[in-house]
Amino acid sequence: MPQTFWQWIVLLLDEYGSLFIKGTVNTMIIAVSGTLIGFAIGLGVGVLRTVPVNKRDTPLKKALVKLMNFILAAYVEIFRGTPMIVQSMVIYYGLFGSVNISKMVAGVFIVSINTGSYMAEIVRGGILSVDYGQSEGALSIGMNHFQTMRYVVLPQAIRNIMPSIGNEFVVNIKDSSVLSVISVFELFFAGKSASGTYWRYFEVYTIIAVIYFILTFGVTRLLRLAERRMDGPGSFTVTGSQTDSRSVIKVKK
Amino acid sequence: METVFEIKHLQKSFGDNVVLKDISFNVAKGEILSIIGSSGSGKSTLLRCINLLETPDGGSISYHGEDILSPRFELARYRAKVGMVFQQFNLFNNMSVLENCMIGRMKILGASKEEARSVAMENLSKVGMEAFAGMRPGRISGGQKQRAAIARALSMSPEVLLFDEPTSALDPEMVGEVLKVMRILATTGLTMLVVTHEMSFARDVSHKVIFMDEGVIAEQAEPHKLFTSPENPRTRQFLDRFLNS
Ligand SMILES: Nc1ncnc2c1ncn2[C@@H]1O[C@H](COP(=O)(O)OP(=O)(O)OP(=O)(O)O)[C@@H](O)[C@H]1O
Ligand SMILES: [Mg+2]
Repeated sequence: MPQTFWQWIVLLLDEYGSLFIKGTVNTMIIAVSGTLIGFAIGLGVGVLRTVPVNKRDTPLKKALVKLMNFILAAYVEIFRGTPMIVQSMVIYYGLFGSVNISKMVAGVFIVSINTGSYMAEIVRGGILSVDYGQSEGALSIGMNHFQTMRYVVLPQAIRNIMPSIGNEFVVNIKDSSVLSVISVFELFFAGKSASGTYWRYFEVYTIIAVIYFILTFGVTRLLRLAERRMDGPGSFTVTGSQTDSRSVIKVKK
Repeated sequence: METVFEIKHLQKSFGDNVVLKDISFNVAKGEILSIIGSSGSGKSTLLRCINLLETPDGGSISYHGEDILSPRFELARYRAKVGMVFQQFNLFNNMSVLENCMIGRMKILGASKEEARSVAMENLSKVGMEAFAGMRPGRISGGQKQRAAIARALSMSPEVLLFDEPTSALDPEMVGEVLKVMRILATTGLTMLVVTHEMSFARDVSHKVIFMDEGVIAEQAEPHKLFTSPENPRTRQFLDRFLNS
């Protein structure tokens, strides 16, 4: 039996290395796809929630837009207002209880839909951070709301919210650990499995913590690099807060 | 003369603030119409109602006999035909000057990239901006931005252009280059509605001048008449104040 901390670390790495790798890979798969799908959901919700209603519109259209806004607002509020660990249980045992679905798919689904609710607000903040004159310029040459968003507003909004998107990604790397409650084999769950035989919780979770930190630290550095590369010449604006679109930071080269 | 716009009893309020009280006038094809008046008199609101950036509360606007306020009215085609030039330019910051002039033609009018590019370049050279085609709006001066914005509007092949104080946000030394472009446009048969504080432009270029005061048209006349012998004392007051300041 190993005596010291380091001896245990060596033994655990030797014995459970492949488990840790599998957990790391799965955590990254969940975090990457959850963030991307969540971002797509956020874009959709953000664009739909900014659909303008107009006095000239028919009552039917007005009612539909109202209903849609209510549903989307409810989605955002509910998923931001409940813990993901609870959402995991409800969705997994409720929605997927009857269907035989892979744990990984369920995990990606849960993280995506949860991230989507945050992204919706981030995207909305990003849209509001773009000067309304940009939209008016687009409308004045005949673009509709969706064209205005696609060609003019979103390209600028996405640039502004890049830091927040990166932040969500980092959060997802860490928070996907709650999926262990439905036995998704991500990094935290790998730790659970690895600590079963020898009950060396401290050593195992120290290893897990180091891996999480390497992942988040590495990703943060990479994102900052990507951001800098995206900047190009000139100046840009970043939203300083996830929730308040008015808190913008002007960055000038 | 063919009538382009027939505006009748137009009304618009923002909350309790009645901005347009009862506005009626016609615009003939090829007409250059200047709209003057003190700040807050509703000039911008009037232009914005005409291209429906604001929805009027009452009255009617017809474009070639078609009611533009009808729910079935085809807005995109209309806005392509009736362009707008803003005080703050509103060029798309995520595109080059050239792309600014191409995107509408491609996405709204369905033109090919080649056609859109050649039309855009043609209009950019009309406003003396062909050398800046590849630049982003952030890197050019105010006067250049406004000329690029005019080229963008022209690239939709509009029948009418609405100008909302196109030179008010410019440094004095850049006003001239924009006015020069507008003077040239005025000779091409384009119908122009120009909200302006540039009295020399209103006097020399326009066919008709509208003086707005507190949400109504206080006076409309041909420029020579309005500037030399206005009928309404309010007009005289405004011109005195304006020309002597
Ligand atoms: N979107 C809006 N919401 C509320 N009030 C508005 C809005 N737009 C304009 N107003 C108000 O309507 C009035 C007329 O504004 P408008 O911009 O039409 O005047 P203007 O004649 O263009 O003035 P200026 O010469 O300063 O541009 C002002 O009192 C203004 O505060
Ligand atoms: Mg104005």
